[in-house]
Amino acid sequence: MGNDLETAAHPEKLRRVAIDPVSRVEGHGKVTLLLDEDDRVHQVRLHIVEFRGFEKFIQGRPYWEAPVMVQRLCGICPVSHHLAASKAMDMIVGATLTPTAEKIRRLMHYGQILQSHALHFFHLCSPDLLFGFDSEMAKRNIVGIAATYPEIARQGVLLRKFGQEVIRITAGKRIHGTGSIPGGVNKNVSIEERDYLLKDIEQVVAWSRESVGIARQLFEQNLDLYNNFGRFKAHTLNMVRGDGALDLYHGGLRARDMDGKTLFDHYDYSHYWDVIFEDVKTWSYMKFPFLRSLGPETGWYRVGPLSRVTQCDFIPTLQAEQARVEFLAFNGGSATGATLGFHWARMIEMLHAAEVIQDLLHDPDLQGNDLVSKGERQERGVGVIEAPRGTLIHHYKVDENDQIVRCNLIVSTTHNNQAMNEAIRQVARQYIDGRKLTEGLLNHIEVAIRAFDPCLSCATHALGKMPLEVELLDVEGDRVDVLTRSSDGSFCS
Amino acid sequence: MKETFLLDGSTIPFEPGQTVIQAALAAGHYIPHLCYHPEFKPHGSCKLCTVKINGRTVASCTMPAEAGLQVESEIEELNALRRSLVQMLFAEGNHFCPSCEKSGNCLLQALGYDLEVHATGFRHLYPDRPLDASHPDILLDFNRCILCELCVRASSEVDGKNVFALSGRGITKHLIVNAESGKLSDTNISLTDKAMQVCPVGVILPKRVGFSVPIGERRYDQRPISAQALDDAPRQTDAGGNCAACEGTP
Ligand code: SF4
Ligand code: FES
Repeated sequence: MGNDLETAAHPEKLRRVAIDPVSRVEGHGKVTLLLDEDDRVHQVRLHIVEFRGFEKFIQGRPYWEAPVMVQRLCGICPVSHHLAASKAMDMIVGATLTPTAEKIRRLMHYGQILQSHALHFFHLCSPDLLFGFDSEMAKRNIVGIAATYPEIARQGVLLRKFGQEVIRITAGKRIHGTGSIPGGVNKNVSIEERDYLLKDIEQVVAWSRESVGIARQLFEQNLDLYNNFGRFKAHTLNMVRGDGALDLYHGGLRARDMDGKTLFDHYDYSHYWDVIFEDVKTWSYMKFPFLRSLGPETGWYRVGPLSRVTQCDFIPTLQAEQARVEFLAFNGGSATGATLGFHWARMIEMLHAAEVIQDLLHDPDLQGNDLVSKGERQERGVGVIEAPRGTLIHHYKVDENDQIVRCNLIVSTTHNNQAMNEAIRQVARQYIDGRKLTEGLLNHIEVAIRAFDPCLSCATHALGKMPLEVELLDVEGDRVDVLTRSSDGSFCS
Repeated sequence: MKETFLLDGSTIPFEPGQTVIQAALAAGHYIPHLCYHPEFKPHGSCKLCTVKINGRTVASCTMPAEAGLQVESEIEELNALRRSLVQMLFAEGNHFCPSCEKSGNCLLQALGYDLEVHATGFRHLYPDRPLDASHPDILLDFNRCILCELCVRASSEVDGKNVFALSGRGITKHLIVNAESGKLSDTNISLTDKAMQVCPVGVILPKRVGFSVPIGERRYDQRPISAQALDDAPRQTDAGGNCAACEGTP
């Protein structure tokens, strides 16, 4: 087996296995494995086709359209794009947000974190986690969860729904809302709307706390598997508040190397390009960002819940902070470097989001009427937000006619591009190398990808029944065999 | 006693000189329309207002009302035709409602909802139409122009300026502005012009307004176009007694 598994020494002698889920708008992913006759793995690559046309598409559009238009980028976390673009446009119009505007934006964002994390953990991942990665495929979906663990399934559905209601109230609609505008927001939260959310919030906090418990239990029950599955060391990047606290809406950038040494801290993100650079590779459409100070070879890093929860100094809400401390202490800290530790960290963030929403709902500023501000017009705007999946960067240049002339986006899936490749290579080494391929073994690869929660149809297709094709090709690239998983979940060769 | 005609079985009184659509709207009966505007001379170009009179299809916005006409409007045959017309307008320009700032205030979108246009219908042409953002306060997004000439009429008839005109024929027909440079900044348009208020879609826009009015508070979020069109119509106050629809309207 090759060492790094990124590039095989003699690819011409190997056969190819491709895991190629059918695409949807968010971009799609494909995993290719190169195997030799003895089923030894020589190369593993995750190819992600990203919807890059967007940066071109938005050129020439008026800047105030961007926060709404960018939501078409992604059907999974449109609110994150809505807010990152709005933050960039705040800079363009020279605004300092009013307290009402900032709190309503935060409410919207934490609503999005809640709904996305719930969707991810309960709908997409709990079947793998609760039944086992190579459990019976027909059952390994949310319907199976609902049958075996009805209470867990119900809580997952209702947690997500609550997050969606927070979004609807702050953004105007559950999807493609318009609530956040350059310099502020276009509506406040009325007393009726607040009370509507308040009546369920205690339950939401309690369920979120229980969800952290489920994630912990999974580790306790399968310590070896959870600690070691797809484990690798990585540098980290995330945003923190001025005092080092976890803050998913605003702050400075923090990067640490894999040994915990700080590379930069509280870095003003409006010059992110001085610390982050994007590399391209011939075999993938998606860019590979790296930390400039470490260089393209070793400077790749990991973003998302696991980086945020392990790298912040504390979480500024009571229950989530307690959960963080327990997470760090668990088994000598082993979960903090585990790929499946993502899920535990994600549930801690969901609990934090529920607590933040609870606090905000009691804040009278939500009913304020001072919604928009502006100042001196700027040419360049950068907006960064910690989206559910990780750091999201929006960067625009706007000309004197108010038209966008340049746009650069770095989404969390791009930040994690190399890290996800590392994770699946590790899984291939651990589980696939030298074995006969089965659907259950291939699902191990998907489990690793799903831990990151990338914006891929392959990771998010509902009910764990994404159409999937596995091709076995000979050295000439001709198809020798094909395994197909159809959308009804059946797997045949 | 006024003269009358029949519209879908209802008796519609009219004044001499009124068109079929004017008399119908005045009497509280909606006929779908796009290029017709109560304050301007009829244009007769969009054909949304097409009705059947004595078996013939005609544009009700240009057809003079006559006593004894038998007019059909609310019939599936005509609504199917209207749906196709709306679909063609959507296919011809670049109309992306979810990210259009006119969404909720757009007549074309409102008609689409009202006529229950649920599918695309035609292959989209995706024309390449760059914006004119040269004016400091006004943006022109030609992607959405439906060539109704309301701005042309408003600018010449009300503003006395002739800022807008249509140029070209057939599929190449397009809106131009009256300046040698071809740029709006070199015309004498101003934010307070009538031409700024009449565009039924999102072409002529005051800059930096965008999405400042939230979803739910936009014009057609409240009531469908079929109900609102009647608000704007000059009312028949003595159409055989009291007209409930006229109460409280000027
Ligand atoms: S700009 Fe508006 S008002 Fe003028 S012709 Fe086009 S659609 Fe009609
Ligand atoms: S409204 Fe009569 S043709 Fe347009």
